[in-house]
Amino acid sequence: MATTANQVVVGRAVTKRYKDLVAVDHIDFEVRQGECFGILGPNGAGKTTTIRMITCVSPLTEGELHVVGLDVNKCQREIKSRIGVVPQDDNLDPDLTVLENLLVYARYFDIPPEIAEERAWDGLRLFHLEEKVKETINHLSGGLKRRLTIVRALINDPELLVLDEPTTGLDPQARHLVWQKLRQLKQRGITMLLTTHYMEEAARLCDRLLIIDQAKIIAEGRPSDLIEQHAGHEVVEIRTDNADPEEVKKRLRGRTNGYELEQHEDTIYLFGVDGSVSETDYEDLSELGSEVLLRRASLEDVFLRLTGRGLTE
Amino acid sequence: MIATDVSHRSFHVWQRNRDVFLHLWKAELSWPIVEPVLIMIGLGLGLGTFVELDGEQDYLQFITPGLLAVFPMFAAVSECGWGSYSRMEMQHTFDAIVATPVSVDDIITGEIIWAASRAMLNTFYILLVALVLTPFYDLVESPLFWACLPFAFVHGFMFGSMSLGYTANVRAMSQLMYFFSLIVMPMFYLGGVFFPLDDLSEGFQIAAWFLPITHVVNINRALVSGGLDWAHIIDLAWILVVGAVLFRFALWSMRRRLIN
Repeated sequence: MATTANQVVVGRAVTKRYKDLVAVDHIDFEVRQGECFGILGPNGAGKTTTIRMITCVSPLTEGELHVVGLDVNKCQREIKSRIGVVPQDDNLDPDLTVLENLLVYARYFDIPPEIAEERAWDGLRLFHLEEKVKETINHLSGGLKRRLTIVRALINDPELLVLDEPTTGLDPQARHLVWQKLRQLKQRGITMLLTTHYMEEAARLCDRLLIIDQAKIIAEGRPSDLIEQHAGHEVVEIRTDNADPEEVKKRLRGRTNGYELEQHEDTIYLFGVDGSVSETDYEDLSELGSEVLLRRASLEDVFLRLTGRGLTE
Repeated sequence: MIATDVSHRSFHVWQRNRDVFLHLWKAELSWPIVEPVLIMIGLGLGLGTFVELDGEQDYLQFITPGLLAVFPMFAAVSECGWGSYSRMEMQHTFDAIVATPVSVDDIITGEIIWAASRAMLNTFYILLVALVLTPFYDLVESPLFWACLPFAFVHGFMFGSMSLGYTANVRAMSQLMYFFSLIVMPMFYLGGVFFPLDDLSEGFQIAAWFLPITHVVNINRALVSGGLDWAHIIDLAWILVVGAVLFRFALWSMRRRLIN
């Protein structure tokens, strides 16, 4: 498989099978130079498995996968030396200090100590960790640990930064700070690949994304295009509470031309895929439920419509 | 046999373990010194008064080379047992390392050479105690005693491999205890450390011959008390053969566990 200089990751029919489970089923994708590419999906969809294959930790069962122009089946060491990985679970060395964590990690890449120290300090400054250099990891909060893990992933000056659910488990402040820093990295031209199940994160950070569910790709494109295509501009949410949803749906009949209607539990959603909800329409609808909300469609709507609202776990 | 993917980077794994050890060494200093000293006093001097050996040898003199085998064995086994298990499953250190150009084989090799180094360090502690006591009890009689240190690296490598091969197949930390009670403790008690094997039945002697520790004790005895001869090449060869096989087994088991 030939790859061009613009393609940082190219996967064709990438498949991973375990004994009695297909974790990733013939997915095709590519990540281009300088972009932030997102892989979205519910828990268990195959996101982390895909990441593990891209980062050369888990071998492919079938298909082809090239990262930074190299075949993952043949050039693991070289690929790993040119990418940075932020894993989902914290795996910093708890007994070492912040700075030692970075220097020890740099050694795995054969980075000379002077350069390692320079890069460590650059990263620590960028992520506002310079005052914590002497702290041991056990004394850091979840947000600080995650920031340090990102700094650690940058120690080899990677061509591609792979982040597996970078903000899972963080409080809102910490999450926003991480987003801001990732945007800064993107401005510096670092290609990023991230998985997430936070739609807001995907919408804020990703130029392009794919949604996978049950090991298969179910949609891909720019976030704005995906929203337009699958959820329209606006969504009306009608919470029926004590009213019978079927009754409400009956009354809606004939009044929802151009909208797609979906009901989940006690809420009815109208997606204005072929047009938008006008003020008058909205007024008409407002007496139907205990709470009627007109809002802009979001990636969350796309995600929930495509993957279904049922819990997969 | 499978090809190995071991590179100089295994040394970086060793360096990582050393760096952590240097943070914690004070906490880990007591048992490698205190336990051997307790055995020297309790068994060597205490029980020793009831023991009569061939020739002029004191019981303390008899057990010291054995202690130079078993305590380093404990160190190597614990390092690749509880140590490796917690790095693998609790601290996820291995997961962090495999994301770098360090291969799984490098990690395993680094862990084992670290265990071998711990065996060497424990040997050093016990040799120090033995040297301090030598003016009173003639514990070290041959200038070759210092060779126990590089030799500890060799048998530490074997015991580390043995332990890591088992750890790779364990699903819970509590299972590590089985290895200790069923493999390590029998070697401790039955490997010729506390009594001469020559006096035992032939069947027992043959069984003891297959225990790697028996050969470690033989060589240490020759290095500390004198009497090294060509026959010890067989002891060393057995240790090397067992070490090579167990190292391969550790690689195979750990790959099976970590690469999926």
